[in-house]
Amino acid sequence: MSIKQISVFLVNKPGTLKNMTSVLAANSIDMRAISLAETDEFGIARIVVDDVIRAREVLEDSDFVASINSVIPVEIPDTPGGLDKILGDFAAANINIQYMYSFVLSKADGTAGMIFRVNDTASAEAKLAARGLKILTWDEIKD
Amino acid sequence: MERYYQKEIETASREEITAIQDEKLVRQVKHVWENVPFYRKKMEEKGLTPDDIKGIADLHKLPFIMKDDLKEQYPYGLLAVPLKDVVRIHSTSGTTGKRVVSFYTQHDIDLWDDCCARAITAAGGTDEDVCQVSYGFGLFTGGAGLNGGSHKVGCLTVPMSSGNTDRQIMFIMDMQATILCCTPSYAAYLGERMKELGYGPDDIPLKAGIFGAEAWSEEMRHSIEETLGIKAYDIYGLTEISGPGVAFECSAQDGMHVNEDHFVPEIIDPKTGEVLPDGEQGELVFTCLDKEAFPLIRYRTRDICVLNREPCSCGRTHVRMRKPMGRTDDMLIIRGVNVFPSQIETVLLNNGYAANYQIIVDRVNNTDTLEVQVEMTPEMFTDNIGEISNRQKILVDGLRSMLGLKAKVTLVTPKTIARSEGKAVRVIDKRKI
Repeated sequence: MSIKQISVFLVNKPGTLKNMTSVLAANSIDMRAISLAETDEFGIARIVVDDVIRAREVLEDSDFVASINSVIPVEIPDTPGGLDKILGDFAAANINIQYMYSFVLSKADGTAGMIFRVNDTASAEAKLAARGLKILTWDEIKD
Repeated sequence: MERYYQKEIETASREEITAIQDEKLVRQVKHVWENVPFYRKKMEEKGLTPDDIKGIADLHKLPFIMKDDLKEQYPYGLLAVPLKDVVRIHSTSGTTGKRVVSFYTQHDIDLWDDCCARAITAAGGTDEDVCQVSYGFGLFTGGAGLNGGSHKVGCLTVPMSSGNTDRQIMFIMDMQATILCCTPSYAAYLGERMKELGYGPDDIPLKAGIFGAEAWSEEMRHSIEETLGIKAYDIYGLTEISGPGVAFECSAQDGMHVNEDHFVPEIIDPKTGEVLPDGEQGELVFTCLDKEAFPLIRYRTRDICVLNREPCSCGRTHVRMRKPMGRTDDMLIIRGVNVFPSQIETVLLNNGYAANYQIIVDRVNNTDTLEVQVEMTPEMFTDNIGEISNRQKILVDGLRSMLGLKAKVTLVTPKTIARSEGKAVRVIDKRKI
């Protein structure tokens, strides 16, 4: 099952990222994963949070621009070649990956998870499921 | 063979035009005297009553109305008919702190549509044409005006509105559109995009374009004509007076004929307010002769312009105005090029950005630099960095074709550009000369 992430427009200046995290902190929004993409002038923070709708509300109230997108979370086997095998499934299913970022899946044993952003999430999910790849649910990653 | 939409009036003799103007002006002055306290007060201050205005020769006696008056009288102060007779409003963007709201009765809309129909006919349009209207629809007058004119001519009208360039192109090609109405900068952008998609001038069904609502150069005209394989016609108007179609270009493409049976132009010295002789450059002033709801009299446009009453090869007898290149009070000179903030604003609006921007001019190594800061909007934001950069590039290209200058475009966080209570501070000029 795909999950929702929130993407936030950030100007490339000291303190901008902190302003954003302060808004999330002040509203007790829990982050499960975050990655940052940047150009010379601006960046985009992509974040998996416990409540994207509220996260967008509070960020917009503080004059941030944000959007919500579907992404695909996958568990990565903690063995050499683990990621390679998963990417093999994406390639074989002819799914183009826009970007991906990793996060810690289980706090107890440190298993890795990976968030994938693709062009057509629904079709990618179906193709990956058909290949037997397990897509994580929100319940599996929320803690 | 020149075509006219309303041949009798468009080619009337000077005597006939003057007679029409005399009659309409007398009636109009009575109308505003009786219905708009603002006008009555202004006239009384000059010791005038409607009896002092016997014809167009007395026009110069009447007081001017300024943009600030419109602001003070906003929203209903200048309305000259009961609300029940008003059927529509249009408005300028308002984000420059100078919002103008204009009112229309059905009669006002009909005469405005007629003016646009004259423009479309002058550009060769007939009921056999497919006319794509790619001006914005809504409060902006562009879409509504040309849409109405196109209906009057009997063209198959494609009410596209602005934006979504690839869909615009699809409709031009699928519907075999022959006339395109939009801003010149958008026409240039459509042309570039069509070129990228592999359409040459011979593949494109368009034959004419009616482009206005912003200043554009002869170079830009030639470039658009070449790329799209069309003849490009200029059209002039302003929301205060009605909208596009106050004046329009004919086949001679040598100035725009003012629809003098509805709008009387004057050129004045902006310092003294004196009327200047034809051929002299000064500030353009308009009087609405027969609009009912929002009949501005001697409205100072701040556009710098020249009138020409020489006979025109197209057969039209109405006075021609030269293309105004902008307003007197906000022009910048960057690398020797005249730049008006309104031109930059137009490019932003055409590309879907809000008109929240700041222009920063500086001088680095003896060269002027131009930076335009724009606020990111939820509509323009995407999760895809490449797409955002691409949109930035489209803005840079749009600014280049509008201004003939390379500008740096910087995207900033919403509400970081300072808002102003009155006239917005759009320009920060850091040059020390």
